Amino acid sequence: MKNLLNTLLILMLPFGALAGGGIELQHADIDLADNASLQRGAKHFVNYCLGCHSAKQIRYLRIALDFDMEKEKVLSEIAPEGATIYDKMHSAMNAHDAEKWFGTMPPDLSLIGRSRGADWLYTYLKGFYTDKSRPYGVNNIVFQDVAMPNILWQQQGSQAPLYEKIDGKQVISRLVMEEPGQLSEAQFDKMVNDLVNFLVYVGEPVQLERQRMGKYVLFFIFMFLIIAYLLKREYWKDIH
Amino acid sequence: MKTNRWTACGNWILDRFPLTKLWNEHMAHYYAPKNFNFWYFFGSLALLVLVIQFLTGILLTMNYKPDADQAFDSVEYIMRDVNWGWLVRYMHSTGASAFFIVVYLHMFRGMMYGSFKQPRELIWIFGMLIYVALMAEAFMGYLLPWGQMSYWGAQVIISLFSAIPLVGDELSLWIRGDYVVSDATLNRFFAFHVVAVPLVLVLLVFLHIVALHEVGSNNPDGIDIKKNKDANGIPLDGIPFHPYYTVKDLAGVGVFLLFFASVIFYTPEMGGYFLEHDNFIPADPLKTPEHIAPVWYFTPFYAILRAVPDKFAGVITMGGAIFVLFLLPWLDRSEVRSIRYRGGIYKKALLLFVISFIGLGYLGTQPATSGATTVARVLTAVYFGFFLLMPIYTRWEKTKPIPERLTDQPGLEERIPALLETFDEITVKTDNASIWLRRKPDYKGLGNLALRLVKKLKSSLD
Repeated sequence: MKNLLNTLLILMLPFGALAGGGIELQHADIDLADNASLQRGAKHFVNYCLGCHSAKQIRYLRIALDFDMEKEKVLSEIAPEGATIYDKMHSAMNAHDAEKWFGTMPPDLSLIGRSRGADWLYTYLKGFYTDKSRPYGVNNIVFQDVAMPNILWQQQGSQAPLYEKIDGKQVISRLVMEEPGQLSEAQFDKMVNDLVNFLVYVGEPVQLERQRMGKYVLFFIFMFLIIAYLLKREYWKDIH
Repeated sequence: MKTNRWTACGNWILDRFPLTKLWNEHMAHYYAPKNFNFWYFFGSLALLVLVIQFLTGILLTMNYKPDADQAFDSVEYIMRDVNWGWLVRYMHSTGASAFFIVVYLHMFRGMMYGSFKQPRELIWIFGMLIYVALMAEAFMGYLLPWGQMSYWGAQVIISLFSAIPLVGDELSLWIRGDYVVSDATLNRFFAFHVVAVPLVLVLLVFLHIVALHEVGSNNPDGIDIKKNKDANGIPLDGIPFHPYYTVKDLAGVGVFLLFFASVIFYTPEMGGYFLEHDNFIPADPLKTPEHIAPVWYFTPFYAILRAVPDKFAGVITMGGAIFVLFLLPWLDRSEVRSIRYRGGIYKKALLLFVISFIGLGYLGTQPATSGATTVARVLTAVYFGFFLLMPIYTRWEKTKPIPERLTDQPGLEERIPALLETFDEITVKTDNASIWLRRKPDYKGLGNLALRLVKKLKSSLD
């Protein structure tokens, strides 16, 4: 029995080992019911991301409704100058400038929460390290040779990589703080978490609503099932 | 009783259209074996999913734009700005996967109880044609959201045609309407997905059911109920489809909808299996994704394709894996239909087949490393072995005597007391106040149960 189990484990090993690979992702604490966090995240997004990245699938009106905010408050606190409540989150940067400055148009972030996942985003935003060979002086542990500069360096500070040798190859084991930024580590983690929380929300604004609704739908179907089953039993009494 | 206006109106129609005849022939006087079990729910469920796909599909078409520049955004528009659009879209995307789950279980039922055997060969052929049409429908529908996986999945599959000698390149160019997958491809796939293939599907489903009602349904015992009829010519073991199976299927619908709604409302992506993560990135012809994998229902065949080193041979093998299913009625030489009365060899072969199909399905989702490819090759051999060796091993096997009349097996409801007893055996009471934690697992009981199940499996395979 034990032998069989071992064989099975060995058989599974190549697939398990393959699934991992690279840096382990850090865990983001996502809570879409936390309106305060979502509001902070939206502010961070407009302050730090919207300069280059759009989120063109979401309207400020939707944010106002979903985050339980006054429309005026959304316009004054979150939306950039000149935006109306019906506008989508468009970036001011055009493709021509983007090509010139970064070599590529920064992607729209409406669905980044769904394609990359919260943990990846969280690790990515915290994963910039100093690399003099790159045009903006930084590289990223989960996105090799990324074209994006570390936009949050003032808050985070700058990090240096620590290497270790695995199978004769230099691999980054972890990052250490070279020069601390304006925020403490805990404060910065919170900021990034809020931002990721917002991005996960933007990926699918209806998430909370569908989960709330799901309870009632399942309850209704369950009631239907009970009635259908009793009906079946009644009809089938005379069979056998 | 005086006829009122409504009855008169009804009679006017009945005098001119054989509604009563149709109803009686296919519902009220269609006699089905009385011992249908769990596996017999999936035919009617497939029909239900087909209807769901039609209704949600029509609603989606009202806001979807089959245009390479607008397709991706129009899907997001449906998800965000169209009232209830997200629900309709999730029903359609979950429905696609549900369709394949239901159809795979329906086909497996046929393989277990020999439903494809004489005189039901044609029903099986129609069913297989439905399956092929369904694959075409799903493949072309998957291009429409115009995400990275839509785009590159279509690119990979269409390029398979270019492996055909001589005409290959021209053929794949003709299918795409361009040198790469593009707006032209999207438009024609849309036309096929919403008009052409659905029409074919409806026609085939109609033929499938007409053929079934001509010869009558098979049953878990695989014996002919028409051999024993009463004085009125009604099979002794048959019951009218309506109301008995309509009410039973209604309960089946309830259970199905519980699962269906759970996915839609709580996990519509199903961990990346129903909606792939990479498909939330708009299609980019210049950026090939690192790992291209088709949706889960195609992965067994994708794994077979990759298991063969030569591209053209791989395409032939993959096509063969589907084609060989058509031949099933003639490959099987056994004298009995149902697995209940077959010898041990077929049972073991079927088990191996299921393992190979699921194994290939898993491998198709994973990157093709050398280890994985070796395993895929072995499983491909098992897959084909099941079919191609069938004429030999089904002739060898010693079948059990088949009963004269349908046997009475305990149904789900009768098994509930036994299940409760088993639950008692594998858990022990604790003092915890919470309803969920009042019982904790009893490892000795669990061990006994596992041992019993293994023994049962072993004896049932003989």
